[in-house]
Amino acid sequence: MVDQLATGSRRGLRPALPLLLPAYLWLTVAIFLPLSAMMFFSFMTDLPLAGKEWAFTLGNYAAFFSQSLYSTLLFASLRLGLEVTLWCVVIGYPAAYVLAKVLKGRSREAIFLLVILPFWSNGLVRIFSWAMVLREGGILDTALNAVLPFKINIDLMYSYPAVIIGLVHSYVPYMVLTCYLTLQAIDDSLIEAGRSLGASRLQVLKRVIIPLSMPGLIAGAALIFVPVVGSFMEPRILGGRTGTFYGTIIEDQFVAVFNWPLGAALSFILLAVVLIILALAAPVLRRAS
Amino acid sequence: MAGVQVANVSRSFGAHRALDNVSIDFADGGFYALLGPSGSGKTTLLRQIAGFDFPDAGRIAIGGEGVERVPVEKRRIGMVFQNYALFPNMSVADNIAFGLSVRGEPKATIATEVQRALDLVQLGKLGARRPHQLSGGQRQRVALARAIVTKPRVLLLDEPLGALDKALRVDMQIELKRIQREIGITTIFVTHDQEEALTMSDRIGILRDGRLVQEGPPEEIYDRPQSEFAATFLGDANIFRGHVTGNGIRLPDGTTIAAASGSSLTAGAKANCAVRPERIQISTGTARPDSGNANTLKGQVSKRIFAGNNSTYFVECDWQTLKVIVQNTGAERLAEGEPVMLSWSPESTVLIAAS
Ligand SMILES: Nc1ncnc2c1ncn2[C@@H]1O[C@H](COP(=O)(O)OP(=O)(O)OP(=O)(O)O)[C@@H](O)[C@H]1O
Ligand SMILES: [Mg+2]
Repeated sequence: MVDQLATGSRRGLRPALPLLLPAYLWLTVAIFLPLSAMMFFSFMTDLPLAGKEWAFTLGNYAAFFSQSLYSTLLFASLRLGLEVTLWCVVIGYPAAYVLAKVLKGRSREAIFLLVILPFWSNGLVRIFSWAMVLREGGILDTALNAVLPFKINIDLMYSYPAVIIGLVHSYVPYMVLTCYLTLQAIDDSLIEAGRSLGASRLQVLKRVIIPLSMPGLIAGAALIFVPVVGSFMEPRILGGRTGTFYGTIIEDQFVAVFNWPLGAALSFILLAVVLIILALAAPVLRRAS
Repeated sequence: MAGVQVANVSRSFGAHRALDNVSIDFADGGFYALLGPSGSGKTTLLRQIAGFDFPDAGRIAIGGEGVERVPVEKRRIGMVFQNYALFPNMSVADNIAFGLSVRGEPKATIATEVQRALDLVQLGKLGARRPHQLSGGQRQRVALARAIVTKPRVLLLDEPLGALDKALRVDMQIELKRIQREIGITTIFVTHDQEEALTMSDRIGILRDGRLVQEGPPEEIYDRPQSEFAATFLGDANIFRGHVTGNGIRLPDGTTIAAASGSSLTAGAKANCAVRPERIQISTGTARPDSGNANTLKGQVSKRIFAGNNSTYFVECDWQTLKVIVQNTGAERLAEGEPVMLSWSPESTVLIAAS
């Protein structure tokens, strides 16, 4: 019986191979090859450019452990990732709920468009717009002073909150979209059934809706956490001097210091740490959903 | 337990009147079927009683207490949905326990109550399963167990058997009726299956376009429909159209059809007569039958449909085709094309105002 099933599924895969081939080819060329090259670089003393001397070394990886700056920054970046992810849940989940369960028809389309608009705008434009809003004498400062009777000074520019705001704004659409998809798949009659059994709206949310939308929350969190930990654009532009994170250090190695091997090694360490975190979280999250 | 009073309830969606001044008194402990074609407002009425939706006008009381301002979770109702609406993230036992657990009952009480409910619906051993591991009939039972375990005052069912096949449906009808009797709960049952309504309920309400067309015990509605719609929607009927004369009507060709006395229609008004197909006697030949029935018609068998325990004959009369159902008693069957005499008594004939 088991054998039959196994051969059955193998037979089922063979006709699909020609269809899968282009995808695998593309993955090989676009991801696997550059990644292998980077892996190779990370074990070199220098780039093999312009006839420079080079040798294999573990020194780039050792640097991470010998200098506490790198691990400090990695922790700062992980914390940033966690905070941004949490804010995205806090903002994105209710928005997704309203989109999926409250709004209907035209108004839903309109709000949806507003939510994914940041997706369609250029990242740099988005960040510099925030810079204009957040700086002293900027839009937020001027607007608040125009309505408030007392004088306040708002200068969020070049601060940690500015980095958080910029990142949350960039990544919250992921959370809205993934949660929207799972929330929309929840039949309204489940909510009504819960209420008819004596549960308040809040109890239904806690016991039925959130557990059922867990896959969306997890997918959204993974989609946000990973790139935010390695982010460098928002921290650099909105964070200024306070915006030094693990991602900006890696970027420096590639574009400023031209120490590609170190940059590559730091990247792979980040990748490993993120994978370990996801692996550790997987059983917990699986139980939660 | 408690009865439910719906008084002059109306509900519109935009320009569409889904419920139009509906008043029904659901007796305490009774089994009431709401019957009507698709879009007639059955679900809408049920949702007003449950509290998922609120009427534009009218009053709803459960156990004598007005519930217009009471939210769903405080109305103490049990509801069974057409698609079962079981929580997919919980086991069968947790589904049933849900209502008790949100109420904060102690764990031990919940466990015994859940087991009792599982036994009541004869699913004793399936508590640990997930809903997707159950068959349609089993899911239906879980939904029912979940709805009654909280001891609601009213049980509301929206076409609960609609998704089941015929045999399972009949089983579940019997089961549902048994459970309802056992706990004696006021039950409001939405269906568009007329047979289901007739066999299961103490009273039936027929809805059409948001209006209550007729309401009463099944026998009364079947034997004395007050409109052509009620006559043809609940069961089958032959309809004659003419004008009132005496206790019956005169057809356009002058034939009179006598109906039971007691009609309040004025002579000469347009009116119809309805006769159930099984009330008509059929005999071969062209002679008046000796049954003493006052209503007779000549005709010719145009078609016969054999259905095992009975046969349906379509008999062509001068101006219309009548349907006659004859029990299979082993007597000789009539052939198509055979000339026949039809006869039936005035008591079997219902006079109804033309719509
Ligand atoms: N939320 C709503 N918005 C707009 N129209 C609605 C809404 N709910 C019901 N209606 C309309 O009200 C009418 C009655 O609907 P209802 O669901 O009560 O019918 P029903 O008798 O239950 O029919 P069915 O047997 O098909 O379930 C229908 O014409 C329907 O389109
Ligand atoms: Mg309905």
